[in-house]
Amino acid sequence: MNIGNLMIIAISAILINNFVLSRFLGLCPFLGVSKKIDSSIGMGMAVIFVLTLASAVTWIIYEYFLLPVPQNIIYRIFHLFNTSTTPEMFDLAYLETIAFILVIASLVQLVEMVIQRVSPPLYESLGIFLPLITTNCAILGVAELNTITIHYSFIESTVHGFSAGIGFTIALILMAGIREKLELADVPPAFKGLPIAFIVAGLMSLAFLGFSGLSF
Amino acid sequence: MDITVVSAFVLLGLMGLLFGAILAFIAKKFAVTVDERVSQVLEALPGINCGACGYPGCSGFAKSVVDGKAPVSGCIPGGKAVADNIAQILGKEVGENVAMVAVARCGGGCQNAVDKYEYKGLMDCRAAYILGGGPKQCDYGCTGLGTCVEACPFRALTLGENRIPLTDFDKCTGCGICVRICPNNVMMLIPADQMVYVACNSPDKAAATKKACAVGCIGCQLCLKSCPKEAIRINGFLAEVIDENCIGCGVCILKCPTNAIVDRGTGIPLPEPEKMTRRRLKKEAEGKKDKKSPDETTLIETSNGSNQPESQPENEN
Repeated sequence: MNIGNLMIIAISAILINNFVLSRFLGLCPFLGVSKKIDSSIGMGMAVIFVLTLASAVTWIIYEYFLLPVPQNIIYRIFHLFNTSTTPEMFDLAYLETIAFILVIASLVQLVEMVIQRVSPPLYESLGIFLPLITTNCAILGVAELNTITIHYSFIESTVHGFSAGIGFTIALILMAGIREKLELADVPPAFKGLPIAFIVAGLMSLAFLGFSGLSF
Repeated sequence: MDITVVSAFVLLGLMGLLFGAILAFIAKKFAVTVDERVSQVLEALPGINCGACGYPGCSGFAKSVVDGKAPVSGCIPGGKAVADNIAQILGKEVGENVAMVAVARCGGGCQNAVDKYEYKGLMDCRAAYILGGGPKQCDYGCTGLGTCVEACPFRALTLGENRIPLTDFDKCTGCGICVRICPNNVMMLIPADQMVYVACNSPDKAAATKKACAVGCIGCQLCLKSCPKEAIRINGFLAEVIDENCIGCGVCILKCPTNAIVDRGTGIPLPEPEKMTRRRLKKEAEGKKDKKSPDETTLIETSNGSNQPESQPENEN
């Protein structure tokens, strides 16, 4: 593992495999909170925070509690009392979804309480989308990619989660900027509001697909 | 018991316990002090979440009242009793709250307004409005599909014979839901004691209005000139009644060449001055009682007197 490798992970998560525009994860807040730049920045920060911490914590839980490997902590504890146990008896990988959701939900709760205390206006403007980060598929998606699909190391997972959050925030802010301009544009009545936002999202997605030509 | 099952229980149980403990600690540390007046106000409210106050539900309204953003008397279904309770909780005075009612600023309908095209779509004004501003030649008038009638939570609106919404003023609470839902801005809130209003919404020039509708306001200024109290304002080519000055004498109704000015008491332009509105009767009674404003009484009398000869030929015709 070197810095170059981490850079590649970061750039790929921000631009090439942007979670919103290339993987199509987390579209609900992408369209819901992208009306004003201020609240989209706040939402982006909350998602970055949750994503980074969730990546780190879920990686630890997956590697040290769920996988049937010798360093599994539950296995070690049981092994102290009964030496006949083997790591294979502690294959809890099937619990991964519920365990990850538990972690993410707790983190979102934590963020919610902190934001409510620190910045009530931001809390108001995020509204229902703040607790909905819990079910934001981008976050569960990053956790699954880190552990099962790609199997990153701890540092790689954390960097991947952080840069996925950055990519989400960039997409959200770009979208909010465009939608603020769209408010003043002469949109045909039938396309006003969400329809034109979906069209914009599609065009942005096309534009981001251009990054897939980046190679290292 | 199988050790795999036990370990799953142990793992999830411990995780839940740990996260719960952390959250409990953070919640204590970052506790937000909620103003207890908010919950008191919330208890005083009817709690039906009708949204007539313009806030999302009773809790939103309670918060805004405590913050001073919403008026104490903002709860329309609750009326005076709730307003008094809230004022008591907050130690505020109940402000002078003018009751409002909704009226349709259009007299067009299917008899007077010319159709632009035949609309055969979703029977909803908002859908019809998207198609070139509605099926009427007049772009500002009532489409007559009754979206406001369906939207009214108090069932105060009905579609009249002319397919123009009529307000039942005993039921209307002035919540303004019909005003917000009407795509053409036809519905308007007026003070509950304002009897005379201009039933037209078209700021077009006289020729265009005349072409589209028989009862549109053409901005001829006859009402402005005839009004004894300067209670008429002309914006562009559309007259408007100024409630503060209006005494409900009805001169403008008789003067209006297109019958665009309407008296709420009857809903139609008054054919004869004997059909006095409640407001006029009240004003006259007051005038007789305390003769303090002789000007007003004489004005009403003279205006009534001067109108009689003009209106009588109309009736004969």
